[in-house]
Amino acid sequence: MSHPIIAARHVSKAYRLGAIGATSLKDEVTRLWDRARGRQPHGTSRAAKDFWALRDVSFDVQPGEVVGIIGKNGAGKSTLLKILSRITQQTSGEITLRGRVASLLEVGTGFHPDLTGRENIFLNGSILGMNKAEIRRKFDEIVAFAEVEQFIDTPVKRYSSGMYVRLAFAVAAHLEPEILIVDEVLAVGDASFQKKCLGKMKDVSNREHRTVLFVSHNMAAIQALCQRGVLLDEGRLTDDGPALDVARRYLEASNEIVTTDVSERTDREGDGSVRLTAATVASADGGALITSGSRLRIVLEYQSAAPVRRLNAVIGLYTETGLGVYGLDSEATRELPPVLPPRGSVTCVTGPLNLTAGPCLVNVALLKDGEMADYVANAARFTIEPENFYGTGKTPGRDWMVAMVQHSWTVGSPGPAATTKADRSAAPAAR
Amino acid sequence: MEATRPEPFEIVLRPDTGWRSVELASLWQYRDLLSLLVWRDFVSKYKQTVLGPLWFIIQPLSMTLVFTVIFGKVAGLSTDGLPPVLFYLCGQLGWNYFSQNFSSNSATFVTNAGLFGKVYFPRLIVPLAALVSNLFAFAIQVATFLCFYLYFKYGRGAGGFGMDWRVVLLPLLVLQTAVLSLGVGLVMSALTAKYRDLTHLSALLIQVWMYATPVIYPLSEFPVRWRWIAALNPMTPIVEAFRLVLLGVGTVTPLHIVSSIATTVVLAVAGLMLFSRVEKTFVDIV
Repeated sequence: MSHPIIAARHVSKAYRLGAIGATSLKDEVTRLWDRARGRQPHGTSRAAKDFWALRDVSFDVQPGEVVGIIGKNGAGKSTLLKILSRITQQTSGEITLRGRVASLLEVGTGFHPDLTGRENIFLNGSILGMNKAEIRRKFDEIVAFAEVEQFIDTPVKRYSSGMYVRLAFAVAAHLEPEILIVDEVLAVGDASFQKKCLGKMKDVSNREHRTVLFVSHNMAAIQALCQRGVLLDEGRLTDDGPALDVARRYLEASNEIVTTDVSERTDREGDGSVRLTAATVASADGGALITSGSRLRIVLEYQSAAPVRRLNAVIGLYTETGLGVYGLDSEATRELPPVLPPRGSVTCVTGPLNLTAGPCLVNVALLKDGEMADYVANAARFTIEPENFYGTGKTPGRDWMVAMVQHSWTVGSPGPAATTKADRSAAPAAR
Repeated sequence: MEATRPEPFEIVLRPDTGWRSVELASLWQYRDLLSLLVWRDFVSKYKQTVLGPLWFIIQPLSMTLVFTVIFGKVAGLSTDGLPPVLFYLCGQLGWNYFSQNFSSNSATFVTNAGLFGKVYFPRLIVPLAALVSNLFAFAIQVATFLCFYLYFKYGRGAGGFGMDWRVVLLPLLVLQTAVLSLGVGLVMSALTAKYRDLTHLSALLIQVWMYATPVIYPLSEFPVRWRWIAALNPMTPIVEAFRLVLLGVGTVTPLHIVSSIATTVVLAVAGLMLFSRVEKTFVDIV
């Protein structure tokens, strides 16, 4: 195996709490004065004032690898990126970099509002580490990618915010470093531009075989882009492996089953003879995570003044945009007994969802004797996390399709033998 | 495209709490950034201004007018026998270049905090670019001075001054001014990065420093035995030397020159060391 392009050994970083934010000279003089008089300086000892953002982090990255760095806010992700991109320095440990590093911690660093698009491409490009010849060569490509041809000689302060971000990302996307470090910048721009950025980043790693380190809270983006995931937790590297698995373990650990209390909700319809008090959505397959292929277990708690006769519970599953996906109707399956106690719960278990990753909303209606007793819109919400649905690591996004189905493809020869009918009968079952 | 890719290299990042030497190689690698920063300063300063670079002339001319009236006429300070306009204009040449560099550089970290926190490049590029872009204002002021020089010398036929072969030393004086202002500016930038309240001090410092420098009075006004005190200020011999090489009148001794150069070197080294110490972890204390 070749030398790793990044080799980090026992990297730790301490921030001095209290010293974050510049001190004033007065504080410093006070401290010196206290020390001179043999007193403990204000506050506590040094150890208590240190905050360790990274603790003993070691890892290797091979050339061409695309590594997603995962972790909660404050887990040390940004600190690690800042050290790797030489913006700040570790407190101890050593990092070897075998290639030029370009970091994209923000879009449009160093843009000057008074300069034109053309001028800013040169300025921003050189700040990011390109020389003039490189920028000149890539200029047309950058302008085309940003789609700002007509406005290239207009000061960027007159750009729409969308144009500004597109131009800024276009410059960064055309860097040619061996190591590209990207932080959460994809959180800007509209959905279609985000997709374009993700596509460009994929290109960079696949076609041009660059090493990419990518930090994002968007697990779907991590899973789509990265082969490998590294999990940071309170400054320690706690998990390292295929991105899909690491992201899944991370989500599992951080997800909790939430019961939504709806007893206080007043925006409900129906005669109120039965009231929904709480709704719980969880995976019926064990584990805290609901993924594309999960079965759901939905528990509805209700309350009534008297025993409930002929209860009909209806659950509607919707996407965030209001598209109806599934209706779960207890009358359709006829499994509930004719009379239920005045207080209790009913549980519905579904088959595999086969839905793409994304948020889902749950509407609940309770009918008694065919009359609407209670209706609560958005009684619960849950998020479907991506999973390795097809076994290939490819996970389509919600912006493309809502449902997924197992399927297979075969190659037929173009001759007369390959009739439509033969193809159809030859198609094997998906699993 | 592959041809332009630099050969594979390896850098090792180690924690380093001591002084780090200035990385000349990486400065050279980023020379295009330096020229683009200079050009950005220039373009952004004059977009949407009516008079553009004319401001560089208006400022020293109005100061010269004020000096001539207040210090020349009212206070009656000597101008070494020179026409007051030439005396003040010449005195301001070196001083303005110095003070502009100082003001640009003393706040390097504070004004570039956003940029420094997001991307790595040799931080020293920023103050170096300021030295170069301020040269432009300096050149305009020299041109203005020359116009007045020609007018007084040939239009009015005034005598008692004139430049000679020593004018070839002017670039060396400019260089020393640049190095000195870089050094002082870097020391100040490192201090203001850590202690914000010192930004007020740097504005005060530069004002007081001007009066401690023979800009509005000649060094020859000092009694000879006290001149060494004035010459402790490294800008004193520089400003006097500007007058000497451009007008042929100035009080400069070899000892003054040596002490000024020595102070310049010490301040420049101190500035570079402090700057490189602060730049490594500056973003942690923003």
